[in-house]
Amino acid sequence: MSEPAKGISRADVSHLAGLARIDLSEAELDHFAAELPAILEHVAVVQQAAGDDVEAMSHPVPVNNVFREDVVVPCLTPEEALAGAPASEQQRFLVPKILGED
Amino acid sequence: MSETLVPVDEALTRYDPVMGLEIHIELNTATKMFCGCPTEFGAEPNTQVCPVCLALPGALPVVNAKAIESAIRIGLALNCEIAEWCRFARKNYFYPDMPKNFQTSQYDEPIAFDGHVDVEVDGETYRIDIERAHMEEDTGKSLHVGGSTGRIHGADFSLVDYNRAGIPLIEIVTRTIEVPGDKAAAVARAYVSYVRDLIGGLGVSDVRMDQGSLRADVNLSLKPKGSTTLGTRSETKNVNSFRSVERAVRYEISRHAGILDEGGSVLQETRHFHEDTGTTSSGREKSDADDYRYFPEPDLAPVSPSREWVEELRATLPEPPAVRRARLQADWGFSDLEMRDTIGAGALQLVADTIEAGATPQAARKWWLGEMARRANEQGADLDSLGITPLQVAEIQALIDAGRINDKLARSVFDGVIAGEGTPEEVIVGRQLEVVSDDGALGEAVDRAIAGDPDAAQKIRDGKQAAAGALIGAVMKEMRGQADAGRVRELILEKLT
Repeated sequence: MSEPAKGISRADVSHLAGLARIDLSEAELDHFAAELPAILEHVAVVQQAAGDDVEAMSHPVPVNNVFREDVVVPCLTPEEALAGAPASEQQRFLVPKILGED
Repeated sequence: MSETLVPVDEALTRYDPVMGLEIHIELNTATKMFCGCPTEFGAEPNTQVCPVCLALPGALPVVNAKAIESAIRIGLALNCEIAEWCRFARKNYFYPDMPKNFQTSQYDEPIAFDGHVDVEVDGETYRIDIERAHMEEDTGKSLHVGGSTGRIHGADFSLVDYNRAGIPLIEIVTRTIEVPGDKAAAVARAYVSYVRDLIGGLGVSDVRMDQGSLRADVNLSLKPKGSTTLGTRSETKNVNSFRSVERAVRYEISRHAGILDEGGSVLQETRHFHEDTGTTSSGREKSDADDYRYFPEPDLAPVSPSREWVEELRATLPEPPAVRRARLQADWGFSDLEMRDTIGAGALQLVADTIEAGATPQAARKWWLGEMARRANEQGADLDSLGITPLQVAEIQALIDAGRINDKLARSVFDGVIAGEGTPEEVIVGRQLEVVSDDGALGEAVDRAIAGDPDAAQKIRDGKQAAAGALIGAVMKEMRGQADAGRVRELILEKLT
């Protein structure tokens, strides 16, 4: 990653909110456009703590190749699977109309 | 908006197509990529799901070792390098067929990269460079209800079955393919067909386009002749047969040329291919790659296949396709042309399996490239989705060899088998198709044929055996094709000479 951008525009916040499907009000957009750059500045300070000799890591411990055998284990029943669904039909999860938002 | 389509031949006088092909292969592991749910095709909805593939809170994925092994074997078969170390990544987007709200995939660290394959079209070899083959998981299946059935637009709501969610996929991505424009569609088809045979030969996938275990996306752009600047590409999905791959390429060439001729610009978007019309329609506009906000998957340990393991797996690879083809051609005694036609029709494996099941090479070739190719063509389907297996074709040929049916009746047996009337044997009984070789019944029909055509009979008595054809024809007609033609000829000659 390059250096975090100092300026985060209102448009950037709006775009990010859209990607995350978070509905932000006009006031909230203003608020986060001011707040996010401050957070990124703090992160930039933390990033300086690690020198160039320290590799970025995605996992807390260096473990590779954690596999399981290709053996079937019991599944949920359809009733169990659908138990938490707000709505279902034909043994399937019923979800609102897809697209339209695109 | 109506689109101006430029005939492909005309478009190719002004533009050169640049293609990229993405193939998704569903692995045939017993369990899913990250959980132990089974992967049977066609199971009742939501019967092969668990907390991991439904993304219930707290569920943690664990990688299927067999899927890694299959991925490495595919990479090796594609002449790729195998990564010493790689990670999974989260590809973030919201869509209900993916309950986690991200797809576990690989980003800039694919398990296999920098490969190539050589495909043949009309006797010319074209090298297709493989950029990468990476591991990911399949999504669930949505049923869009309301509006026009099955279509996304106009749907009122969707019903989701997560049986397929989490089934291991390998995505194979080519580098840009630039071949002479008039060969582009055929090369695209030949490549997909080649990969099907290659992966099928590894035994790691069913590679059935009609069942979605092999799916192709066609990326295409045009650049004006003489230009080196790439045009904007479209990405056509839902291309579910080899024939459709070819048609999708041709349609997009026509469509892009129409837009560019009018000075317009091609929109970078996903398009859906329609089998019935051979056209594509706009899907969604492609969002920026960055919008997926890929990041390394923290819940899965990185994969670091030892070089020893890779070499062990390399040793399990079947002979390379070119070597195999040469061996099969020699074994089968096919001419170059017969072999090329067999490969071109996508029938190599079907013919091989039919021979394996006992048919002679020429019989196997005859049925698949004749009768079956004709049916596939009529239906706009691929040979392997006709509903008849190589084993059944071999059985039917065995029945012909045994004199139980003849070639003509065999066609009716094919009809019956494809229509689901049972095994070839059951179809013969059910449709009463057995050849009559009983001399009593045949003798009477022969007598009537002789009486009905005294001229032909006299010619045979005079030694002109060629005249027997007319009498054989009359007998076959009376017996509705169900006579043993060889025996009929013998009886006619016995009676008249």
